[in-house]
Amino acid sequence: MDFQDYQGVWVFIEEKDGAIAPVSLELLGAGRRLADKRGVELAGVLIGDHIKHLAKTLFEYGADLAYVYDDPIFKHYRTESFMKALLDCSAKYKPEIILYGATSTGKDLASAVATDLPTGLTADTTELDVEEDTGLLLASRPAFGGNIMATILCKKYRPQMATVRAKVMKALPPESGRLGRVVEESILLQEEDIRTKVLEIVKETTKKVRIDEADIIVAGGKGLGSAEGFQLVHQLAETLGGAVGASRDVVEAGWVEHAHQVGQTGVTVTPKIYIAIGISGAIQHIVGMKNSSLIIAINKDPQAPIFESCHYGIVGDAFEIVPLLIDRFQEVMSKEGVSHV
Amino acid sequence: MLHIVACIKQVPDTKIIKMNPKTNTMDRRTAPAILNPYDAHAVEEAVRLRERYGGTVSVLTMGPPPAVKAIKKCIEIGADEGYLITDRRFAGADTLATSYALTKALNKISKENPVDLIICGKMSIDGDTGQVGPGIARRLDIPPLTSVNKVIEINKQEGKAIVQRKLEDGYEVVQSTLPCLFSVEKTINEVPYAPFPNMLKAAKYNPYIWSVDDLEDVDIKQLGLKGSPTIVSKVWAPPKPEGGTMLEGNRQEQVEQLLSVLLEKKELFMTKGES
Ligand SMILES: Cc1cc2nc3c(=O)[nH]c(=O)nc-3n(C[C@H](O)[C@H](O)[C@H](O)COP(=O)(O)OP(=O)(O)OC[C@H]3O[C@@H](n4cnc5c(N)ncnc54)[C@H](O)[C@@H]3O)c2cc1C
Repeated sequence: MDFQDYQGVWVFIEEKDGAIAPVSLELLGAGRRLADKRGVELAGVLIGDHIKHLAKTLFEYGADLAYVYDDPIFKHYRTESFMKALLDCSAKYKPEIILYGATSTGKDLASAVATDLPTGLTADTTELDVEEDTGLLLASRPAFGGNIMATILCKKYRPQMATVRAKVMKALPPESGRLGRVVEESILLQEEDIRTKVLEIVKETTKKVRIDEADIIVAGGKGLGSAEGFQLVHQLAETLGGAVGASRDVVEAGWVEHAHQVGQTGVTVTPKIYIAIGISGAIQHIVGMKNSSLIIAINKDPQAPIFESCHYGIVGDAFEIVPLLIDRFQEVMSKEGVSHV
Repeated sequence: MLHIVACIKQVPDTKIIKMNPKTNTMDRRTAPAILNPYDAHAVEEAVRLRERYGGTVSVLTMGPPPAVKAIKKCIEIGADEGYLITDRRFAGADTLATSYALTKALNKISKENPVDLIICGKMSIDGDTGQVGPGIARRLDIPPLTSVNKVIEINKQEGKAIVQRKLEDGYEVVQSTLPCLFSVEKTINEVPYAPFPNMLKAAKYNPYIWSVDDLEDVDIKQLGLKGSPTIVSKVWAPPKPEGGTMLEGNRQEQVEQLLSVLLEKKELFMTKGES
């Protein structure tokens, strides 16, 4: 394998119902940095049905070019069809790096592609860098239950691949009118060639909060003592107009659903305000919220590690502090003439 | 009659593992080895499918000799047979080399009793990747179905399986040809306490144990560390955060300070309230 033949950084673009997944735009931001360091081009790979028009969004977010596979056969994500497109593209244009969001689709696709190429694949990366001269991708991720970070390399194969967690990389501010090249591709693929069929897609329309999209998160931990005690978190969240987050121990105790779990085995969040109540601040929790713009911790133990990871801390009993905060906040806001309830 | 193979792994219990802060390595003595929790659900689902359709449940693992214990745990859950592939030449395998070795073992198992369905857990709690399942499926050239949270139907006569796959905002119903591979979510089932007869069976059970030499068509270069494209170049402890400003005083004073911190971001509350 001659590494000279492999050039350029690619991002697999995840699209759903005509919209690009935010993680793909974040990866274009990260990919741009890698491509610039290497002096190579950044490409987005778009696979879907009626998706060609999305290419211009990729350019606005930093891509130099877009490889586009636009065909009804790609209407739904299926491992086999998408994998064939990506393998085709990779064989033709030989990138040095391919990045995927660490979403269920991104992981599914990357695992299949890595096996067929074959090449190394690093999962759930949270830090990315590249060696300027060798092009070696430095993909780092939490390891051993999150207690340490490990940098994973793939020295002998190209392309190098990684799935990257949502919300840890930053998308560039879009530059409207920024242009790029569209490379239209196609592969010969019949419906009969694909062994799976999507029969139905069901959206869960309950007003489930996507905590990864919330501006304000009030998160509670085991310190609230019980499911009843945890209601305090719901109350403050409602008062502030925020979403409810939780530590893993709370989820395991069954006080809230897993969808609310913040951290390594939950969701990574970057809200404008994160309030951690009765959460000790284990490393696995911290990795999921440390990039929030404003972190406030309330904990009765002055030694709790959460105080090392917050902007403002209050040592105190949540059951005394939080009700008072709710009252005072409502008072002030009603004076301002704004109400949530 | 279905032949279902669940691929499982013995892992250190990362929940209680301690790190040696000087060397940044796991202190394995502090961490008991357990059956990967996600894999218990894979085995349970295989057992439930056997109850529905009849057949055999085998479990397969690659690991050091003590991994027999994890197999016994699966027998407790209800598996019929267990296979351990163990050899120093497997050591140090990343996901690519692991799926290669497991595929060779699956080929051998299939020769005796053709495999209709392979079930893997979503991921392992030590490796944390979820890449081995799809890797096996690609190597066997069967469809991988990840994120499965419900099996709707398996129909061996018609050679098809229908499952629900969990998506970020709901789920999809997918039909696949058989054989195929599922990797299953934790939510697919609950693993009950093992029935007493299973515990007795497990205590006496001896799994099949194979080395590299027992497998066929093995390219040694694709095994273990040698067959692994990824390497860990360094490990480090994440930098310690610096800590923030403590809001001091009595309760009222603390809350007033907190309130003014929040009100610096007043625009967040305003827009939310009016919309
Ligand atoms: C592989 C792995 C993955 C993990 N993934 C995650 C993850 O994704 N997310 C996650 O959160 N954790 C995760 N964990 C678990 C993590 O290590 C911690 O165990 C967990 O975060 C602790 O939850 P907690 O802070 O709610 O509980 P505890 O650690 O029990 O903390 C409770 C805190 O509440 C305080 N408190 C008690 N009473 C009060 C009161 N009245 N008022 C105020 N404060 C009070 C206590 O001082 C204490 O600090 C993971 C662990 C492992 C090994």
